[in-house]
Amino acid sequence: MNAGTLALAALGLPFCSFVLLAVVPPLRRAGRAAGALSIAAIGGSLLASLVLWRTLPRESVELTWPWLPAEGGPMATVGILVDHLAASMLVLVALVSFLVQLYSLGYLEHETPPALGRYYAYHSLFAFSMLGLVLASNFLQMFIFWELVGLCSYLLIGFWYTKPEAARAAVKAFWVTKAGDLGFIIGIVLLWGQAGTFQFSGLFQMAADRTLPTAGLALIMFLIYLGAVGKSAQFPLHVWLPDAMEGPTPVSALIHAATMVAAGVYLVSRVYPLFLLTPDVLALIGWVGAFTALLAATLGLVQADIKRVLAYSTVSQLGFMMAALGAGAAAAGFFHLLTHGLFKALLFLGAGAVIHAVGTNDIWKMGRLYRAMPQTAIVFLVGTLALAGIWPFAGFFSKDAVLAGVWEGGLTTPFLMLALTVFLTALYMFRVVFVVFFGNRPAEGHPHDVPLVMSGPLWILAILTLGWGISLAASGGEEKAHGPEWIPWLASGLAVAGIVFAWLTYQKRAVSADALARTFRPLYVAALSKFWLDDLYGGIYRGLLLGFSRLVGWVDRYLVDGLVNLASAWTLRWGDGLRRIQTGRAQDYLYGVAFGLLLVIVWSYWR
Amino acid sequence: MGWNGIPILTLITWAPFVGAMLIMFTARHHPLAVRLIGAVTTGISLVLSLAVYLAYDTEAAGFQFYEKISLVPPLGISYEVAADGISLILVLLTSIIIFSGVFASWTVQTRSQEFYALLLVLVTGVFGVFVSLDLFVFFLFYELAVLPMYLLIGIWGSSAQVRPRGIFGWAMRETGVGSKEYAAMKLTLYLLLGSAFILVGILALYMAAGGSSFSFLEMEGAAFDPVLQRWVFLLFYVGFGVLAGIWPLHTWSPDGHASAPTAVSMLHAGVLMKLGAYGIVRLGMGLLPEGTHDWVWLVGTIATINIVYGALSAMAQTDLKYVIAYSSVSHMGIVLLGAATLTEAGLNGAVFQMFAHGIMTGLFFALVGLVYEKAHSREIFKMGGFGRMMPGIATAFTLGGLSSLGLPATSGFVAEFLTFLGAWRSAHSWWLFPAVAGTFLTAVYVLRVVKQIFWGEVPAHGEFHDLPDARGPEWVALVLLMFVIVLFGMVPWIAVYPIDTATVPLLTRLGVRP
Amino acid sequence: MGLQPYLILAACLFTIGLFGVLTRRNAIGILLGIELMLNAVNVNLVAFARFTGETAGLIFALFTISITVAEVALGLAIVILIFRVRRTVEADNLDLLKG
Repeated sequence: MNAGTLALAALGLPFCSFVLLAVVPPLRRAGRAAGALSIAAIGGSLLASLVLWRTLPRESVELTWPWLPAEGGPMATVGILVDHLAASMLVLVALVSFLVQLYSLGYLEHETPPALGRYYAYHSLFAFSMLGLVLASNFLQMFIFWELVGLCSYLLIGFWYTKPEAARAAVKAFWVTKAGDLGFIIGIVLLWGQAGTFQFSGLFQMAADRTLPTAGLALIMFLIYLGAVGKSAQFPLHVWLPDAMEGPTPVSALIHAATMVAAGVYLVSRVYPLFLLTPDVLALIGWVGAFTALLAATLGLVQADIKRVLAYSTVSQLGFMMAALGAGAAAAGFFHLLTHGLFKALLFLGAGAVIHAVGTNDIWKMGRLYRAMPQTAIVFLVGTLALAGIWPFAGFFSKDAVLAGVWEGGLTTPFLMLALTVFLTALYMFRVVFVVFFGNRPAEGHPHDVPLVMSGPLWILAILTLGWGISLAASGGEEKAHGPEWIPWLASGLAVAGIVFAWLTYQKRAVSADALARTFRPLYVAALSKFWLDDLYGGIYRGLLLGFSRLVGWVDRYLVDGLVNLASAWTLRWGDGLRRIQTGRAQDYLYGVAFGLLLVIVWSYWR
Repeated sequence: MGWNGIPILTLITWAPFVGAMLIMFTARHHPLAVRLIGAVTTGISLVLSLAVYLAYDTEAAGFQFYEKISLVPPLGISYEVAADGISLILVLLTSIIIFSGVFASWTVQTRSQEFYALLLVLVTGVFGVFVSLDLFVFFLFYELAVLPMYLLIGIWGSSAQVRPRGIFGWAMRETGVGSKEYAAMKLTLYLLLGSAFILVGILALYMAAGGSSFSFLEMEGAAFDPVLQRWVFLLFYVGFGVLAGIWPLHTWSPDGHASAPTAVSMLHAGVLMKLGAYGIVRLGMGLLPEGTHDWVWLVGTIATINIVYGALSAMAQTDLKYVIAYSSVSHMGIVLLGAATLTEAGLNGAVFQMFAHGIMTGLFFALVGLVYEKAHSREIFKMGGFGRMMPGIATAFTLGGLSSLGLPATSGFVAEFLTFLGAWRSAHSWWLFPAVAGTFLTAVYVLRVVKQIFWGEVPAHGEFHDLPDARGPEWVALVLLMFVIVLFGMVPWIAVYPIDTATVPLLTRLGVRP
Repeated sequence: MGLQPYLILAACLFTIGLFGVLTRRNAIGILLGIELMLNAVNVNLVAFARFTGETAGLIFALFTISITVAEVALGLAIVILIFRVRRTVEADNLDLLKG
């Protein structure tokens, strides 16, 4: 089987699953059968992706079909582009999707069969869309799948649509990412105007030959980057991601941690040859990424909802990835994307296990859970250590590579921001670990550990996180990190410092969290208010947008249409007025005749 | 002659009329027979339009399936019909919408035989406009498509409450704003005013071409005087533009669509507004190259106003039908913008949007009709939580909404994207930005409406408990329309290819290299 | 004597008749005014016939006289019928066709 066929198989299986679930209601309403179909399909995709990854040929494989015909050649095509980047991403997406779908069987066991069927239909659609995005061979196709994953995100965040908060969160996610997508689509159109093609291969060729017109290219690449800002939750369009936690936790794990939000990073990686032509835009990406990382870390530190901590953590790590890309270390950024996909999914699924057992998201209602849920505690700890960047977990190597890349790229202030973030990351994550799994107050209720269908995926992810790290350590990690010697030591030191600080504050209670909050009061209040960004956006939406629309609606009904009614009313009134000529008296009519005759005579003499 | 000798376009056009006659003369007191006749005759039109669409020879392009019967030789009037890539897709659209409309009107209670008869006569007019090549007969069919609206809305429509306010409040009170009679009167008179402009334009061209023939094909070759072209194009633009809903001549549309019964709204917003755009493209751009170049800046600019203004107005509405009506005004802006770009992508996008939006708005009005029928209300902010009670309708509505905001994999995206490409390539590149902004605004109001009506909890104090989902014949319309939206969204070349064969020659005649 | 005096006479008669038609309240007075106008027309016709030698004018005059007779008979009959129904022949009160 060649690479193209494997890729198409990986793409086609979830699509078939979705179509079947969409048009065959009895199958969908059967709940677990729908789940089985969807899991089988994504399992097939996983198999195909693994085979593809192992048998990948040296040059990239590209297949194209015309989509929008036009005179002189198709205006737009669809196809697949398979290279190392796509193949790795394919494996990540298929693997995490597979594990999450499996996990969902346990997590959503209390859902009614029709709802479960709907859930799996959405999951199949998402898998198809995300794989399509990864395999896209041109900008238009990438945009198409970009929007489709956004749709799936909307549908899945709003899965429990009777909950008003979920409904609001779903719509907010769609709107905020759509704002970024406006820049994306404009950028694509402008690029087409410059280059005449959407194809990546064509564009890369033009970039290499220097035949790509560079006038306005910086603006174009910036606009395209805006799409990534929305999708990958960079400041200031990160506000949708924490609210997206209203969706079921497996969804958060898959879409809002490992795959969809990584699409922005994937986009930048994918068209990196074009970004290399616009160094200013790259620098901006680096700065924004680092700033996002730091901002999100401070926000994660004050959350009480375990999922929200993880959400802000995701935003922060996405910032890391973008910072690396901005600094010129594309490989490092992508590497971090892959490792993050694994351990963040692990953390979310672990959090899901805890939520499933305890029945609440609030960390202050949890405690001492390592006794009741030892498996979950272990895997969660593995994930946390990876996230904090402790050797020999995979996260250590990727975070290291990012820091090295940013340093080598010459972005010093971003580097400092990222270094501080490393400390904060360890701090807020171990805050959660200590409060939830250790701590002195035991949790409410009778929590129990999770069934195999949920713990299986957890263990697989944990083993991969640790195993990958160990294999990297064994092969000598220098192939990924290019920076100075002291960076790994600095990172590890900061991480350990964070862990110790968290231990002192939340386990030992040697340092008072409240005292800290009081000392940094302005920052604390700001962080709790999410730096008032949501209020700003809310104000713009309700005040500016809705207000302006009401004005336009009023103008239309009462002024524009008012004029039409005015014309009509005038006609009616004039008609009424002219009626008075019809007096009914013959003599008056004769007056008219006589007068008219006079006029005719006069007029005929005039000529 | 026709298709292998069969006068297929005539069959498509007149089958509904035959149905109308059958209904009035034989099935007056049998409601089921009325509906069956309606379904069968429109079904015939649908099947034949599909056949014609598939049989069209895209290699040969141009006008095919030609038929001609001379009516008044001294004046040069003849019944001349043919179809090219643009007409075909619109004929297909009409047949899909009217077929769905027949099913969406299944539950009309009072005088259903007259209702169906009028509807079928109206549709004959619409078919006739799309296939007509003789300008006189074109105008005849055009009037036939407008006049039954008065009765359809005035008798079978629904009234709304509007408070007269503002400096023209006295005028609103005097004309009786809000009632269905008002809406029917306003729509009919406004559209007839437009057709007055069109008639003057047609006669001017007839005289200038020698006064011997009304045939489009003969006038196509005639090089009209540029000054004449300039003002005749303006006449056509204003006249057809009223029907297309250009700003500020669009205000008949919200009241008209909101007050009209379901199938009438589906047909009107879905197809009739496209008649206006079709007229501008076919007669305005097809016959008057210099006139087009003179006025295209106005057409495009007003189109961008349509897009943004329509979307903002839709956002402000509280009545569901008004939201959809203003949405139509906004999307017609995309049609005219695409046409005004004078590029291959833009014009393809314009025609594709005529089709895509027609289907989408047909779906919307069908759904609104169902919701209104079951919930007896159109007030958005009193509704909530309907998704649990009517999941089928919720799904269909969401799909329609996604097509409306241009989500890829729906036909709406292809149309809008082509228009974007055309806008950037056109002489007025700034048109791209309002168009893109329009899609964002559409996303805002559409999702807001979906969330308000279908998501969340059912309001405790309201009357909305145990609302049923779509049933039986109602499903036919919904499934058909949803299928078409997704089909043309995923495999757009089945439409873009024939359309392209018609738009490229048109652009060549306009002196634009595609 | 010349043509003018006759034409002036005809014009005066016509104007007096027209004035009568337009201003008299009584319907019979209006009919009298119409009579005067018709007679003025007759005078005009005969005068021209006399001074140009065309006999067409005389023929027209004969036509006019006979039609005038018919019209007067009809007009008076209508006035009498109206009086029977509405008990008035004031022109101001006969406005049933008011718009």
